[in-house]
Amino acid sequence: MFNYKNVYIEEWFSIVGPKAKETNLKKYNLSINDYYFNESTFEKAEVKMQKIILNYFNRNSKPSVLVASDLMDQMTSSAIGAKNVSIPYLGLYNACASSVSGLITIANMLSFKNIKDGLFITSSHNLTAGKQFRFPTEYGAPVPKRSTITATGAIGIKLTKKETKYKIVSSTLGMVTDSYIKDAYNMGAVMAPSAVRTLIDHLKNQNKSPEDYDLVITGDLGEVGKKIFLELLKKENIKLKNYEDAGANFYQKNEASGASGPAVLPLYFFNNTIYNKKYKRILLLATGSLHSPLLVNQKESIPAVTHAIEIEVSK
Amino acid sequence: MNRQEYLKVVDKLTPKENTGKDALNAFLLGGTIGFLGEGIKMILTSCYHLTVDDAISWVLIIFIFLACLLTSLGTFDNIVSKFKCGLIIPITGFAHSIMSCALDYKKDGLITGIGANFFKLAGCVLLYGTISGFIFGIIKVIINV
Repeated sequence: MFNYKNVYIEEWFSIVGPKAKETNLKKYNLSINDYYFNESTFEKAEVKMQKIILNYFNRNSKPSVLVASDLMDQMTSSAIGAKNVSIPYLGLYNACASSVSGLITIANMLSFKNIKDGLFITSSHNLTAGKQFRFPTEYGAPVPKRSTITATGAIGIKLTKKETKYKIVSSTLGMVTDSYIKDAYNMGAVMAPSAVRTLIDHLKNQNKSPEDYDLVITGDLGEVGKKIFLELLKKENIKLKNYEDAGANFYQKNEASGASGPAVLPLYFFNNTIYNKKYKRILLLATGSLHSPLLVNQKESIPAVTHAIEIEVSK
Repeated sequence: MNRQEYLKVVDKLTPKENTGKDALNAFLLGGTIGFLGEGIKMILTSCYHLTVDDAISWVLIIFIFLACLLTSLGTFDNIVSKFKCGLIIPITGFAHSIMSCALDYKKDGLITGIGANFFKLAGCVLLYGTISGFIFGIIKVIINV
């Protein structure tokens, strides 16, 4: 859908929550020890993560644009985080597909002359998202095996026109796909069909075959969604060379189906996958379940969207 | 792939919950709570010479207090995740649902936060408890006629 000539990833800054040691991340910039992060509420803790990232990227010069995303109400933490930085701002909600949609948005903006770089920030907090989509924090509602658990963490990624090792080659905006699923606990089943659809669309748009990619990595399908995704691919006769799911691989030991949240895919990709020298051409599929408590309570089937971006790593 | 086919694939690949084990867990812990309650009631009636009605009220007060205290200390949610309905169905679950809502919304203001959300989960127990009380009351009156 979109092809880029000179869009590169300059750097990233990652913050991981209290479970940092239990994740498979090889590197990260900061880990926080408690869910409050020395603030009075969980919400302020999430805002603080975004502010730290903003301050880091503002240290020398301000990025030309800021695109941010989170899961809290009407994207409260992004808005509060960006309040005092005076950078042109765009809030973007695509649930857990926000990470790639943010990168696509900035990559497209970089085709304009006066935009030299752009910063994307996303954050999620286990206890603010739980309150948003599920039960109160201290209620501890039992979690079924098929459910994924929102990870706590945040990441900022800066894109630029200056050449670096990591080039963004192309991208595809996904279409909203009906999953036929009404169960908000089974996010993997909600998102898998949209992931397959966007993968097929991307291959068609770019005139490529699955073998052209050293790795295809999905967002946060979890163990359950990963199995469904592979089953659907089998029916479509698509065979991937290497495949990983960031949600299923995020923690060393999964309590339920895996980790979820808009930060999961970029945190895992930029702090684990990218250090694997085997992978040169990588396709990222960020999967997002576009549900809300309203939609679930009114028994509508849950729509999902997946956005794809292709990254080329040079030596 | 159509709706039916997809739902079949999902059903095949989604792990099933171990309801038998969960039910046994809940039965044993719920039973233990009942057993403890009966024990406390017996102690209150024999050692403190309370009437049975008063003793039962004290048992409820003790359990509600303990549940609220453990919720506030942040441990009750972990026990609920393990024993599920064994703790949610008895009065401990009712107290816990109110306390967890109150804690969640304490920073959102006394009226718009705690006031508006206090019975967020417990409200349905109150509403449908009252309605079923009304229906069963009428049934009892009809039977007695």
